Amino acid sequence: MQMMDQEAVAKSLPRRIAINKIVRGLFLGSTLFGLVVLAVLLYDVISDSWGWLNWNFLTSVVSFDAAEAGVIGAITGTFWLMMITGPLTMIIGVATAVFIEEYVKEGRVRTFFETNISNLAGVPSIVFGLLGLTVFVRILGLGSVVLAGALTMSLLVLPIVIVSAQEALRAVPSYLREASYGMGATRWQMIRSVVLPAALPSILTGMILSMSRAIGETAPLIALGIPALLIPLPSSMFDSFTVLPVQIYYWTIDAALNDDLAALAAATIIVLLVMMFILNATAILVRNKFQKRL
Amino acid sequence: MTELSMKKNVSIQEQPEEERESVFEAQGVNLWYGQTQALHNIHLKQREQEVTAVIGPSGCGKSTYLKTLNRMVEMNPEVRISGNISYRGRNIFSRRFPVEELRTRVGMVFQKPNPFPKSVFENVAYGPKIHGIRDKQLLEQIVEESLKGAAIWEEVKDRLHENAFGLSGGQQQRLCIARCLAVEPDVILMDEPTSALDPKSTMKVEELVRELKETYSIMIVTHNMQQAARISDRTAFFLNGEVVECDTTDRIFSNPSDDRTEDYITGRFG
Repeated sequence: MQMMDQEAVAKSLPRRIAINKIVRGLFLGSTLFGLVVLAVLLYDVISDSWGWLNWNFLTSVVSFDAAEAGVIGAITGTFWLMMITGPLTMIIGVATAVFIEEYVKEGRVRTFFETNISNLAGVPSIVFGLLGLTVFVRILGLGSVVLAGALTMSLLVLPIVIVSAQEALRAVPSYLREASYGMGATRWQMIRSVVLPAALPSILTGMILSMSRAIGETAPLIALGIPALLIPLPSSMFDSFTVLPVQIYYWTIDAALNDDLAALAAATIIVLLVMMFILNATAILVRNKFQKRL
Repeated sequence: MTELSMKKNVSIQEQPEEERESVFEAQGVNLWYGQTQALHNIHLKQREQEVTAVIGPSGCGKSTYLKTLNRMVEMNPEVRISGNISYRGRNIFSRRFPVEELRTRVGMVFQKPNPFPKSVFENVAYGPKIHGIRDKQLLEQIVEESLKGAAIWEEVKDRLHENAFGLSGGQQQRLCIARCLAVEPDVILMDEPTSALDPKSTMKVEELVRELKETYSIMIVTHNMQQAARISDRTAFFLNGEVVECDTTDRIFSNPSDDRTEDYITGRFG
């Protein structure tokens, strides 16, 4: 008995092959769309800032005279912010993810935690800024200092870190857990020696994403009252500071008064992109190192 | 397979003069996954220096029973257990018997070789390390002895610090056995340890099991009846979550007392 009509199969084949090709084209188009937009953006920013981005710009503090102005203050501030936000979110985020994934049994409590964290991820960043202003700047009386900014930024990116760390933990195969438990390991020993090392590369990927987000966030810091005009550089986490995106924001606004400021903003964007690139590259190198060790 | 060839494979083993001391004793064990009962009123003994094979068709509860013995089955939150299992006279479900201690005494080898993504050395040293051994020399000694015990030392002694994933499937499984031995267990539970291996590796693992029973009490779940006949002293036949029959392997394969056992081992179902 023949159930399949071979002739019909042969007839439908060209159509299926054509669809296959079209789909591939669509995917390629989507990929190119992102790349082209990025290229246009880069071209625009680079051409706007041409001639402005030099050593003097990188090493000078801000100034009312556009020709004299530089971004060392914002670079230092961004660096400080990342140095505190990074470790803080890593520790709190991974600990939270481990607790939810490894200690809380599946059920209502877990759903409660997960729903709330997902909701947190959807809160607009300006709201985190207002929260930070109320809690860290006012109630705790920190003022608009690095620590207040870093804590606010940590709150903002924590949901991303937690959710991605959860995914990473869930991806650790159960047979590795069983092998460890099977030899009499306690839960913590199992987590430390099996789950965390196996999940670390993916956890770091989540960290990269969240740091990229934190380095470019502007709104919450403006809400905190971070100034753009800052002459002394921050030298501790209790100093006032400014960051690159805030600097870009204020220069862009003031560009209406002075065209040169637009060029400064463009040059600052390039600095921000390069810093982000260096940060991500470092994280990827670290990740690859761990992956190889496994 | 014909009944005749089955019987030929049965090795003639001497009956122990008197019964060896029991290690595990299950009394009236019932187990449920949610609403589904997987084990019904199990009574079973596991003795020292013996290999007990657990056979039966898929889904008969043999793996579940094995995992109940080291309480790994309870990792599934839906599991409920009633009845009593004692390990050397101690109730394994007692609060005063931590699972960590039970699992140190009762090692397990899994169906799929599951080495850690670490070096050969680190895999074997894992157990002793979590139990607090830090002395490097002692660790090296344990690793060597364990690998020798699992008959894999010669193959890996020059690549102790290479990733265990580079070993073949059969080597990985023997590495897992070595890892299990490193904790110096009393009992070894094996859950279809050769089902993912090729015939040659299977043979090596079987030889190993025969050697290991001099020192350890072994319970092995297997789909392969010839394997049960080749390596075990006793065989328990599970069907639909019940123990139909448990007797010396000779008797199970030559003269089972239950028709269902006979039907199964002669390949009439399962």
